Amino acid sequence: MPELRTEVLTVNMGPQHPSTHGVLRLVLELDGETVLSIAPTIGYLHTGIEKTAEQKKWQQVIPLVERMDYLSAHSNTLGYVLAVEKLLGTEIPERVTWIRVLLAELQRLNSHLVWLGTHVMDLGAITVMLYTFNERERILNVNELIAGFRMFPSYIRVGGLREDLPAGFHEAVRDILDRLPGQIDMCEGLLTKNAVFTSRTRGVGVLSRADAIAFGLVGPIARGSGVAYDVRKAFPYCGYETFDFDVPMGAAGDVFDRYMVRVDEMRQSIRICRQALERISPKGAHAANDSRVVPPPKDKVYTEMEALIQHFLIFSQGFTVPAGEAYVPVEGPRGEHGCHVISDGGNRPARVKMRSPSLMACQALEKMARGGLLADVVAVIGSSDVIMGDVDR
Amino acid sequence: MDASAIIAALETLVPGTGAEALASIDQPTILVPAQTLRAVGGALRDDPAFQFTALIDIVGVDTLPNEPRFEVNYSLVAADVPARLRVKVRVGGEQPRVPSVVGIWPSAGFLEREVWDLFGVEFEGHPDMRRLLTAEDWEGHPLRKDYPVQVDVPVTFAAPTQVTEEQFRATMEQDRRLRGDKG
Repeated sequence: MPELRTEVLTVNMGPQHPSTHGVLRLVLELDGETVLSIAPTIGYLHTGIEKTAEQKKWQQVIPLVERMDYLSAHSNTLGYVLAVEKLLGTEIPERVTWIRVLLAELQRLNSHLVWLGTHVMDLGAITVMLYTFNERERILNVNELIAGFRMFPSYIRVGGLREDLPAGFHEAVRDILDRLPGQIDMCEGLLTKNAVFTSRTRGVGVLSRADAIAFGLVGPIARGSGVAYDVRKAFPYCGYETFDFDVPMGAAGDVFDRYMVRVDEMRQSIRICRQALERISPKGAHAANDSRVVPPPKDKVYTEMEALIQHFLIFSQGFTVPAGEAYVPVEGPRGEHGCHVISDGGNRPARVKMRSPSLMACQALEKMARGGLLADVVAVIGSSDVIMGDVDR
Repeated sequence: MDASAIIAALETLVPGTGAEALASIDQPTILVPAQTLRAVGGALRDDPAFQFTALIDIVGVDTLPNEPRFEVNYSLVAADVPARLRVKVRVGGEQPRVPSVVGIWPSAGFLEREVWDLFGVEFEGHPDMRRLLTAEDWEGHPLRKDYPVQVDVPVTFAAPTQVTEEQFRATMEQDRRLRGDKG
C-alpha cells in the first residue's frame, strides 16, 4: 500500500464566509484540522470615512462616525461629540448627560444582543438568535421613537441632543428594562450549562492577560482575560462615577469567559439604565445654553431677527471650533473607543480618528486561534466580536 | 502624573532623550524626538513608575503646510494604575521615517501599517511594512492633505493578478518567516 502523502494545507476563509461577520478574510495554514497560522486580510470595507470627515462641517461628521461601527451608533457619536465639546469648552446640562448615558447603555445592550445571537448561532445554537433579535428590535424601536431612524439615529449632537424626548419615552424604555432581565436569563439558561456549548467554548481560544495588554485590547476581551480596566471606572466621563454598577471579570481568557463577561455586562447595563431613567425628567433642557453651536428654538427663529441670523449661520457656515486636539475615551460595546479630534480653528475638522477596538481584536485573532482546531476559529472570531465597519473605517 | 513630572522621571531613567512636555487639554502629552522614541518607549513600558504596558492607538496627522509636516501620536494606557499618556513624534521631509515600536508593543503591528498606508510615514524596523486598508496596488497616501478628495479618471478594469502555485507558496513561506513561525 502506498504511503499517505501529508502536507500543510493553505485555506482561504472569507471574505464572504458567513461566520466572519462581514468581510474579514483569513488565510489559514492547516495541518489536518490544527491551525498553524492565521493571517487576517482586511480593508474590504474601507470607505475613507476619516478623509470624508475632513470635508464636512463639525455637525455633519456625526452621521459619518455612526457608520464606522454600525452596531454602536450612539457610543461612536458620544466619543466624537465629547471630544468636540472638550475643545469648545461647552457645559452640558445634567439632564442631557443622563439621556446620553441611557442611550449609550441601550446601545451596549443592543450590540451585545446581536453579538450573543450571532456568536452562538455560529456554534450551532440557532434558537437564541431568534430571541435576542426580537429583544434588539424593541431597542431599535426606541431609536425610532426619539429620532425616526433605527440604526443611525444621529440624535446626540454637539452641544446636546437634536430635540427633546418624545412623549412616551419613559414608558417605552421601562417596558424594555422590565422585560429584558428575564429574556437574558432565558438565553443564558439555554447556554451557560449546556454541555455542547461549554465543550465548544471552555478552554478554547485562550488569550493570556499579558497578551491582551500587549495587543492593546482594552474592553470585554481583556476583561475576560482578567484585565480590570473599564473606561467608565478608570476615566469616568458623563458622570459614570455617580452610577452604581460592577465591572464583570473573567479569569481564564477563553471563549466562555468572554461570553460570561458580556452577558453579565448586559445585566449591569440594565442597572445603569434604570438609574439613568430615574434621573431624567420628562421635560427639560435638551441642549446646552451655548448660542455658538445650538440653534435657537424655532418659535424664536420666526419672531426674532437675531435668532433667525443665528439659525442661518449655524446651518449654512457651521460653527468654528478653537484650534487644538482632544481625545475623550468612551467605553463602547467592544471596548475603549473615542475620537481623536484635531481642529485648526476652522468650521471643519482637521483630523478625525476613531480608535477602533475591532482592529486590535483582529490583530489578536492569531494569538487566540493558533494551535486550535479549524472549527474553533469560528468560535474565536465570534467571541472577539469584530465589526468590520469598525476595523476598516 | 502630569506631563512635566513624566519628563522629570524620564530624564533620570534615560538621560538625554530630548523629550519635552506639551500643553494639552485632555491628557498628558509629551513630544519625543524620533531618534530616542524606542528608548523612551522601553522606559515607559517597563518602569514601575509608569507601567504604560498597552499601546492602544497610533494617530497620524498631516499638518501641511507646517514643517515638520507629520505628527505621529501614540496613545498609551497604564491599565493597572490607571493612567494615560500621549507621546507625540514630529517628522518631516519627503520620506518621513520613524523607528518602529513593534518590539516594545506588539499592537503597533497593524497600527503602524495603517499610518504607513494612509500617510506614507515609514516605520523603520517594522517586520511587515505593507499597506493595511487600501489595495496593494494603491497609489499615494490618501489621508495626506495634498491627496485629492475626488479624482476624475475613467474607470479601468484590470485582470486579477495571476500567480503560479510556486509563487503563492513562496509568498506564504515569506509571510510565515516574517511572523517568526517555527512550523
